[in-house]
This record gives sequence, structure tokens and C-alpha cells, in this order.
Amino acid sequence: MEYALILISTILVNNFVLVKFLGLCPFMGVSRKVETATGMGLATTFVLTLSAVSSYLINEYLLTPLGLEYLRTIAFILVIAAVVQFTEMVVHKTSPLLYNVLGIFLPLITTNCAVLGVALLNVQEAHGFVESALYGFGAAVGFSIVLILFSAIRERIAAADVPLPFRGSAIAMVTAGLMSLAFMGFSGLVRL
Amino acid sequence: MLHAILAIAALAVAFGLILGYSAQRFRVEGDPIADQIDALLPQTQCGQCSYPGCRPYAEAIAAGEADINRCPPGGEPTVLALADLLGRDPKPLEAETREKAVAVIDEQTCIGCTLCIQACPVDAIVGAAKQMHTVIEEECTGCELCLEPCPVDCIFMVPLQPDITDWRWSQPEPSPIERPSRDWRDAIGKRRESA
Repeated sequence: MEYALILISTILVNNFVLVKFLGLCPFMGVSRKVETATGMGLATTFVLTLSAVSSYLINEYLLTPLGLEYLRTIAFILVIAAVVQFTEMVVHKTSPLLYNVLGIFLPLITTNCAVLGVALLNVQEAHGFVESALYGFGAAVGFSIVLILFSAIRERIAAADVPLPFRGSAIAMVTAGLMSLAFMGFSGLVRL
Repeated sequence: MLHAILAIAALAVAFGLILGYSAQRFRVEGDPIADQIDALLPQTQCGQCSYPGCRPYAEAIAAGEADINRCPPGGEPTVLALADLLGRDPKPLEAETREKAVAVIDEQTCIGCTLCIQACPVDAIVGAAKQMHTVIEEECTGCELCLEPCPVDCIFMVPLQPDITDWRWSQPEPSPIERPSRDWRDAIGKRRESA
């Protein structure tokens, strides 16, 4: 039950993009087409879950026993960078087209603050192993859902008759704000 | 202090080893996108895209240097297939869209010099020295590369009848009646003025 609550909480109620405002760079950057957004969502899901798990392991079995909690951020960044590099190699091998389309945004998952945010929040909220993994996975699913929804909306906007001053990034920002308002409506659904 | 440095160094070395191993494991040979593009091109090596052959053109597309609409022998089907593969918008062919045609050799005039055989990128011309040459119609891509070398100008292009893969409606004739303005605001404004 508690695990289900973690998932619902991270996917809907405390959505990392629209409620916590983490990871906005790929949210605006790769949301032009649904296919690329889906690919980005999958890559980020992989990175987030893996880095949440491995940063939990490193924090629990390396940093805490040695009394090195002050090195947490730098160690987590090291973990995230390594996981992203690994993901980049896997994507390059398995789907060269997706690799081409994602371009610079694939290595930039490293600087996606949602990834570091999940790792640090896991420590802050004293999550166990399974909880950490679920928290990372839920955050990633929430990110992917929002990214795909947003790219679908943007595909429709691209065909719509937008007033001239709102064309381009402006209408995208307004849309993101409205989506955020909608997701704020979930607050109070789960209290964690 | 020392064990902090050691811990971070050990972490870095561990990740370095994992990444080094996976770099070997997931190594990508060549450029897989260029391969996929190359497979869609007609392999006529005609050079009408301004690249020396289909492979260099495929590499240029993969590198983002060339557009996808520069292959006249492939025609519109190739542009559509490339657009589909690369997720780009299809564009009309860059070269002026001429009618699909095949080369035909006037066999009475042909002197059997074999120059057109050497020029043909798809080996669609058969013949031997001092023997009459002829064009295999199904193989000919209409690239016109054989017209230039012929010393007696006995090769000419014959337009092909459109078949089911490239037939399309003819353009509508321009209307003799002047169309109303497309901007509905103008139309309403004029109506209000007249009222």
C-alpha cells in the first residue's frame, strides 16, 4: 500500500516537473514531437531509476559508514554522470535514430536537476532500497507522462492559429503553466 | 581526509572501469544511419545529387549537410522514404521535376563505340565493340549520363507512360472567374461598406 502511495505521489501529486519544477530544460527542449518525447521519457526513466538505486547504495554502504555525508552531492553527480554515459552508449547501439534525434539532450540528462533531486530527496526522506527505487521510477514515469502530454499539446499548437505575439516559446510557456495549474489540483490526494 | 579522497577515487575508478567495459561492449561500427539511408537510395551512382555516389550522399544526409530531396533517379518515393526514416518533412525534388523518361538508342545510327556502356551507372546498356547497342528499359533510370559521351548522338530520351506508382491527377486549370479575397475580414468589411 505504501509503495502504491509513493508511486501515485511522485507521478501525480508531487510531479517533479509541474509541481516541484525540476527538470524543465528537457521538458521545454525535446517536447516538439511525440516520438522524441517518448524516447526522451524512456531514456530518463532508465537513468532516473538506475541512479536512484545506485546513489542509495553508495550513500548507504560507502558514504554513511565512512562518515562522508558531506561528499554526498559530489558522489551523486559522479553516479549520475556515469549512468548517463552508460545510457548514451546503449541508446547509440540500440537505436541510432533516437540517438540522433535526442542529440545534445541525451548527455544533458546529467544536468537534469530532477535526477539529482530524486537522489537527494531519497536521502532526506530516509527511504529504504525499494522505496528509493520506486521513488526514482515514479518520478521518471511522472516526467515521461507530462513530457508526452506536453509534446502532444505542442503538436496541436503547431497547427493552430496562435496570435502573433504568442508564437513559439511564449505559447509553450503559457501551456506549461496551465498544465502545472491542472496538476496542482492533485494536491491533497496523498499525504506523504 | 585521506579516506574521503580514497572513497571518491575508488568510486571514480569503479565507474571508469564499468564505462570502459561497456564502451567496448556497445561499440558502434561505422555510421548505422548512413547505412540505412544508403539502403534507400537507388544505387545508380549517377552523381546528380552533386556527390560522387550514393554512399557519400547518404553520409552527407546523415551528417545533416545535404537535404533529402536531391536524388532524381529515386524520385518522390525515395524522398518520402527518407523523410519517413529521418522524421523530417518531405520536400519536392530539388532538380526540376522532369517527366520520367528512359534512354533509347537509335540502332540504325549506332556505331558500336561502347562509350555509353562505360558511362551507364546501372549497366542498363548491352552491346559489344562494333556491335549495335541497346538499352534495357526496366533497368534504365533516366539519368541521361549516356547522352553526353555518344559521338554520333544516337541516344535520345523517350518519356515513359505513368504507371500506377507515379500517376497523379493533373493540375486544375486556372479558374476564369476572379476569386473572392481569402481574408474573411476584408470580405465582411466590404459587405459592411456596401450596406
